[in-house]
Amino acid sequence: MSETTSEHPVTRRDFLKIAWAFFGGLALLETTGIFIAYLQPRLTEGEFGSLINAGLVDDFPPNSVTHITNGRFYIVRLGDGGFLAVYHRCTHLGCTVPWDSTAQKFICPCHNSQFDQQGIVENPPAPRPLDLFGVSIEDGQVKVDTGNLLQRQSFESAQVIYP
Amino acid sequence: MTKESSTPEKEDSMLDRMRERLVPEAMPVDDRGRMRMVVDSLVLHLHPTKVIASTMNWNYSWGLGGLSALLMAVLGLTGVVLQNNYTPAAPQAYLDILEINSNVWFGELIRNLHHWSANLLIVVAVLHLIRVFATGAYRPPRELNWLIGVAMLLLVVAANFTGYLLPWDQLAFWAITVGTSIINYVPLIGNWLGQLILGGPEVGANTLLNFYSMHISLIPLMIFGLMSYHFWRVRKDGGLTQPKKLDEVEPPKIERVTTIPHLVRRELVFALAAFAVLLVFAMLVPAPLEGIANPDISPNPAKAPWYFMGLQELLLHFHPLIGAIILPGLAVIGIFLLPFFDINLNSVGIYFRSHRGRSLAILAVGIALVITPIWVLLDEFVLNWSLWLPTWNTLLSNGLIPMAVILVPLILLDEWTVKFFHADTEERVLFIATFLFTAFFVLTIIGIFFRGPGMALYWPWNMPVAAH
Repeated sequence: MSETTSEHPVTRRDFLKIAWAFFGGLALLETTGIFIAYLQPRLTEGEFGSLINAGLVDDFPPNSVTHITNGRFYIVRLGDGGFLAVYHRCTHLGCTVPWDSTAQKFICPCHNSQFDQQGIVENPPAPRPLDLFGVSIEDGQVKVDTGNLLQRQSFESAQVIYP
Repeated sequence: MTKESSTPEKEDSMLDRMRERLVPEAMPVDDRGRMRMVVDSLVLHLHPTKVIASTMNWNYSWGLGGLSALLMAVLGLTGVVLQNNYTPAAPQAYLDILEINSNVWFGELIRNLHHWSANLLIVVAVLHLIRVFATGAYRPPRELNWLIGVAMLLLVVAANFTGYLLPWDQLAFWAITVGTSIINYVPLIGNWLGQLILGGPEVGANTLLNFYSMHISLIPLMIFGLMSYHFWRVRKDGGLTQPKKLDEVEPPKIERVTTIPHLVRRELVFALAAFAVLLVFAMLVPAPLEGIANPDISPNPAKAPWYFMGLQELLLHFHPLIGAIILPGLAVIGIFLLPFFDINLNSVGIYFRSHRGRSLAILAVGIALVITPIWVLLDEFVLNWSLWLPTWNTLLSNGLIPMAVILVPLILLDEWTVKFFHADTEERVLFIATFLFTAFFVLTIIGIFFRGPGMALYWPWNMPVAAH
């Protein structure tokens, strides 16, 4: 009954079995996709993850580090007047890294990772420099896109934004 | 109970029928009658009617499986009532905990019971695993129940970890931040997976809701399913393994006794005593609660939950991919596979397998107790791979190279047990597993008691007070 012949290499029963398995697998994939999509994080406008207004350009004197807590980042104004928005989260295990103004370093309290003013690792275990957010300057306002995270391996001058 | 009761004219009232079902008319007087009656009882849904007497020896099984089940019951019950006074939202969650502690009748006691039962459960479940390993009780036909047991242990850790965040205090927030950051080191999908679990780029209100949902529905449901199967398999596999003395050549005589009252009486007495101890402990020792979670200030030191301190200690010495993903992953796979290459049925029921096994186990514990702190000190103060090999990728210099460096002595130790002790497979497995477990235990102790601010090493009696 289900023997294959040279005319019919696949019997009707085999064909139906394969078809059921195929569509069953497809349904399973679709359902998994739906659940994963459903569980994706949502972002709220005006909160962390959106465009945040850090303040006026002149609020940040050259060679300064200012903590913008609602945006989870530091505005670093370098000596030459350029801006960096440095994510305050340690790249090792996620602790909030405070700026130590006497040592002129970011020093993580959790595992003693240290970073210089530009966020470059001076002492491991952090595996890479502190992450950056995209900075834009419009009408003298410093705006930081906290949805646009830049992971980097080193400091490059292209990362700095000038007013 | 008479034949006439089934005729329509003389039908019993509903109450009569209910009483007939619940209360037997007369206790049977003969053994056979008693047996018939107990077959119907609830207890025997879980236990067989007779058990082997020697498996009830208190110093064989130590009642650890039963104690785990008791703690599960306490956790289920206290967990359900805690939900009545808790909102999984930030910052309301923290305020609710304060309210439970101060304004709810016995609220603090219920919370303490839940907290301490959860922590004790991890200890008891690990001891249960050690007991089963030490007596070789996972060998055929019990391999499947070992796998289920290990899966349940992982789920218990997951339940504990998700519950850790719920008080929404500084302790919870930063332990979960440090703990979940490890997910980001999973190759390729790490960042995506981390965001999915946290419900955002970092621990926040969405994380609290996600963890609450997993803590009260998905994880308990899975544990309940596996627990039922675990119990059923104990019966299917012929009950507990029988204790056996060293050098016992003849298989021990099998003496069976009825479950009721012999086993059930012991279980009830043990459960009552254990619960009494738990209750007194929960009355005397409050569950920790710090200030409300503040994402801007990491406490120094920020430690993961205590059962992850061994892992966090590994993280101080290895690149996170090695220390937090590959080494623990290999350990879990190794534990899962144990009953498939350690299969000598002759030593089942003998603690540590043989005379030589006992010597090797003591040796493994001793060597690990000495070697692990030395290695931690060396790595802390002398070895600095990433400084010596500055141009190398940190995954190599701080990961694979130190891993190779500790793998070599491990292989030499294994060779040594074969050459000098003529250890066979089961004794080598015993030696290596005991060594690794003791090393992990030492790392956990160092992490909990010897790590202070900046994760520097301190003596516990010189520990500076943590800054918040």
